[in-house]
Amino acid sequence: MVLPTASHFDALVALRNVGKTFPNGIVALAGLDFAVRPGEFVALLGPSGCGKSTALRIVAGLSEPTAGSVEWSPATGRGQQSRIGFVFQEPTLMPWASVFNNVALPLKLKGVPAAKIAERVEAVLDRVGLGAFGRAFPRELSGGMRMRVSIARALITEPQLLLLDEPFAALDEITRFKLNDDLLRMWQALRTTIVFVTHSVFESVYLSSRVVVMAAGPGRVFRELAVDASYPRDRGFRTSAEYGGFCRSASEALAQAMAAGGEA
Amino acid sequence: MSAHRSDRDRREQALRVGLPIFVLVIAVAAWELAVRLANIPPYVLPAPGQILQTLFADRSLLVHSLLVTLVTTFEGFVLAAAGGIALAVLFNQSRLIEYSLYPYAVILQVTPVVAIAPLLLIYLPQHLAVLACAWIVAFFPVLANTTLGLNSVDRNLTDLFALYGASRGETLWRLKLPSALPYILGGLRIAGGLSLIGAVVAEIAAGSAGAGSGLAYRIAESGYRLNIPRMFAALLLLSAAGIVIFYLLSLLNYLALRRWHESALTADK
Ligand SMILES: Nc1ncnc2c1ncn2[C@@H]1O[C@H](COP(=O)(O)OP(=O)(O)OP(=O)(O)O)[C@@H](O)[C@H]1O
Ligand SMILES: [Mg+2]
Repeated sequence: MVLPTASHFDALVALRNVGKTFPNGIVALAGLDFAVRPGEFVALLGPSGCGKSTALRIVAGLSEPTAGSVEWSPATGRGQQSRIGFVFQEPTLMPWASVFNNVALPLKLKGVPAAKIAERVEAVLDRVGLGAFGRAFPRELSGGMRMRVSIARALITEPQLLLLDEPFAALDEITRFKLNDDLLRMWQALRTTIVFVTHSVFESVYLSSRVVVMAAGPGRVFRELAVDASYPRDRGFRTSAEYGGFCRSASEALAQAMAAGGEA
Repeated sequence: MSAHRSDRDRREQALRVGLPIFVLVIAVAAWELAVRLANIPPYVLPAPGQILQTLFADRSLLVHSLLVTLVTTFEGFVLAAAGGIALAVLFNQSRLIEYSLYPYAVILQVTPVVAIAPLLLIYLPQHLAVLACAWIVAFFPVLANTTLGLNSVDRNLTDLFALYGASRGETLWRLKLPSALPYILGGLRIAGGLSLIGAVVAEIAAGSAGAGSGLAYRIAESGYRLNIPRMFAALLLLSAAGIVIFYLLSLLNYLALRRWHESALTADK
């Protein structure tokens, strides 16, 4: 086990000089360095193909880095992985299982007793506004509702770290704004830590307290921008000059990152 | 607008059912007419009416034979389903076993069962030989389809199970088998028809030498005795059995998948 260095001492998890070369020779990441502090809402912003998903999968332990390391705060202890929630770009629900059973899955896999499961599933479904849909099947729901189910499933283990990979990219703007607000509310209520991958400048600024801009070819951190606007944020923030300013600098950083990136 | 549409749907449905029946009636009538007008003797070509008469007159014999064939078919089908699924799961869990055995499964499949049947009849008692034939032809589609299904699991769901520390058994039971279910049911639908074919082929191969009394045996026997109407009657029962098997398995497919799989969903529902 690698001991955390002083500079990352306060981090919940830190990627240190992480590289990922796939067996087919594609270098997806090289020298990727960033840290996530407890309670933070970090947005990972970058052009398509710059390695955002790859980085997120490495944090989740679903993929091993071929260089560098992932360091967890010693306070997390062993088995940090069990405290991770992951939301994929698609809802990724089991089509043969009801909403209830989809959300209950992580607890079933952990062997939580059935009575306890029912209680917790109902609570988390209420939280995402789907209390009445436990018996429905995924295909009977709209795209936005399926995404809520996916979020509920990620939240049910009360994760310390919630990883979301472009979760709202396929949704219409109205639904996306609504889910953005819901996510912010849940983040504050649950006091969890979030890493949110997106390629939308506006979404990254609206949600996060820090935007990590990535460049491609190979994937790396290009720049970090603090979004020093207070929470809770709402529609007023979306139309504020402050928001516009942050969006402009994030946009510029992204444009520069794309110019700096290799073939993407 | 929707009323319009459902009207059209209903007409479409009526045509789908009505047209084949219409064709059948025409063909049977033409057959009956041709036999009567040309005075064709029954041992050359029996008229449909006479086939039905024979079916009725020989009903106890034929129904008994039908049951014998159906039991063999059913046993072969169940063994093929169980064997095919079990083998596919085994292959999925162990690459070594898959590499060791898969080629032989293919060999069993590509060797015509008509050619295997006489050999099996030498080594096995007749009932077992017939059963083995039904099994051999029916198990491969189950194996192949189940294998395909087990390998077609959504990658993200696989990741999700890994993230939550699911064991191999849990992943198999809660993820791979349900994902594979539509494929398995598709394989079973093919296997149902094939196990009937396997049983028939083996009964024919056993021929008059066998003591069996399945429908195919009746056909062979009636052929030797030039009892052509009975051949047709037995054939009619065989086809009917095949159709019923197919529809029963389709129904099973529909019942198992209707809540979630695209293949079993009707439009706009
Ligand atoms: N399993 C894999 N095998 C080989 N190459 C891969 C694999 N997964 C990703 N890559 C490559 O790694 C690079 C980064 O991919 P990744 O999916 O992380 O990008 P991304 O930033 O998430 O893109 P997007 O915004 O389009 O989702 C791409 O060039 C991709 O082709
Ligand atoms: Mg991605």
